[in-house]
Amino acid sequence: MTVPETGSSRVKRGLAEMLKGGVIMDVVTPEQARIAEDAGAVAVMALERVPADIRSQGGVARMSDPDLIDAIIAEVSIPVMAKARIGHFVEAQVLQALDVDYIDESEVLSPADYVNHIDKWSFNTPFVCGATNLGEALRRINEGAAMIRSKGEAGTGDVSEATKHIRKISSEINQLKSMTRDELYVAAKELQAPYELVLEVAETGKLPVVLFVAGGVATPADAAMMMQLGADGVFVGSGIFKSGNPEARAAAVVKATTFYDDPAVIADVSRGLGEAMVGINVADLAAPHRLAERGW
Amino acid sequence: MTTTLREESVGAGERAASGPRVGVLALQGDFREHAHVLAGLGAEVSLVRRPTELAAVDGLVIPGGESSVIDKLSRTFGLAGPLREAIAGGLPVYGTCAGLIMLADTLLDAIAGQQSLGGLDVVVRRNAFGSQNQSFETELDVPALGVAPVRAVFIRGPVVESVGPDATVLASLADGRVVAVEQGNLLGTSFHPEITGEHRFHEYFLSKVRARARS
Repeated sequence: MTVPETGSSRVKRGLAEMLKGGVIMDVVTPEQARIAEDAGAVAVMALERVPADIRSQGGVARMSDPDLIDAIIAEVSIPVMAKARIGHFVEAQVLQALDVDYIDESEVLSPADYVNHIDKWSFNTPFVCGATNLGEALRRINEGAAMIRSKGEAGTGDVSEATKHIRKISSEINQLKSMTRDELYVAAKELQAPYELVLEVAETGKLPVVLFVAGGVATPADAAMMMQLGADGVFVGSGIFKSGNPEARAAAVVKATTFYDDPAVIADVSRGLGEAMVGINVADLAAPHRLAERGW
Repeated sequence: MTTTLREESVGAGERAASGPRVGVLALQGDFREHAHVLAGLGAEVSLVRRPTELAAVDGLVIPGGESSVIDKLSRTFGLAGPLREAIAGGLPVYGTCAGLIMLADTLLDAIAGQQSLGGLDVVVRRNAFGSQNQSFETELDVPALGVAPVRAVFIRGPVVESVGPDATVLASLADGRVVAVEQGNLLGTSFHPEITGEHRFHEYFLSKVRARARS
């Protein structure tokens, strides 16, 4: 019998496979983590401030306090994720030492390195990274990301950027599928992504890792729309705990994600949820405040 | 809504006659991976989210995923009762990871209020290995499936802590912890053959489905 192997690609990507069809919720306290687990979240993202507050309060946003992450891990039995700044490999080392289940190298926090992302192959803990298009997704996978989430525009409650990014990634995959070998070399150059990964996507018609959608999902219908557009699952950040009735909204988003193709169920779960988060139109955001443009 | 996934992957000549109708519980988790393996083995595969869809299958796979979520959704949408009745009536069911948890008679480390469907006379501990950092893959001897070992991937997986007189152990880790069991038409594994290209567990399960469909 061989020695058990931890941290293999199959083990890292495998956890994301098990999260599919589910909802991952941002939480800032153990109490919120409990609400999320009870509502049917497949995992929680532990952070100090939800993106809507990072946006309104400004300043440098960093990895959360280890005490907070420990308290959230102690509260729930579902997987706990936490965010490190783009390029901040020491924050990622700390999160691995804290035994989080997934590290999100996230544009929602202030980048620590404007040139390099973290070398994610060197970690035992898997990483999820944001992407706005196929080339960005494949660069992150090349660096070792085991899961991709389209970025959307976090903390807005405006789903339009999430729609744009998932549609962009899908259409770029479809274009690759119709290309000949010789065209794929040029496609790899234009996508600024490794040829081997481009070829794999062209042959399989999908990313080699699970693709969730994030950024602006605020209602059950938003979540179902992302699923109909081809997402494997959804992240909901500010949308739940910045709404009038987090318990009910969280449970409703979970149900709508499972029955994403059944409008009768979506209608039913959308009743009586109270106020959705107020939100900001992405078009009204000045360019420096657009988080999706962080990362490259 | 039933999605049939078999057309593209099943040989033309043998389609209609031989394929047993197998459902994959599609509330959450890696149900598409199971559907692809089963379709590749000649089953007529459908996704099950509603009692009417359950009634149309001769066997069911409960996939990997988050057991607390699958439990909650199965009760909310009225599937838990029909699932228990089907299991009691002898429906062949194969559960991987979260699916094994759903089939266990007794759970340890479940979330408050979590229920299983039951059927397997075993006690199963959820997240028995710890966090994702302790998830692993290894080679596993499974005598019932032949000499070649199984490449087994454990992802925040459960283990079978004790086995009642009605259940049979199919595989254990080197340290003795039980990770695969069967009992009549029920089969459960802590690990995920559906993501490693290992088809023997699904073949073994399909033989149970075919035997029952004939009887």
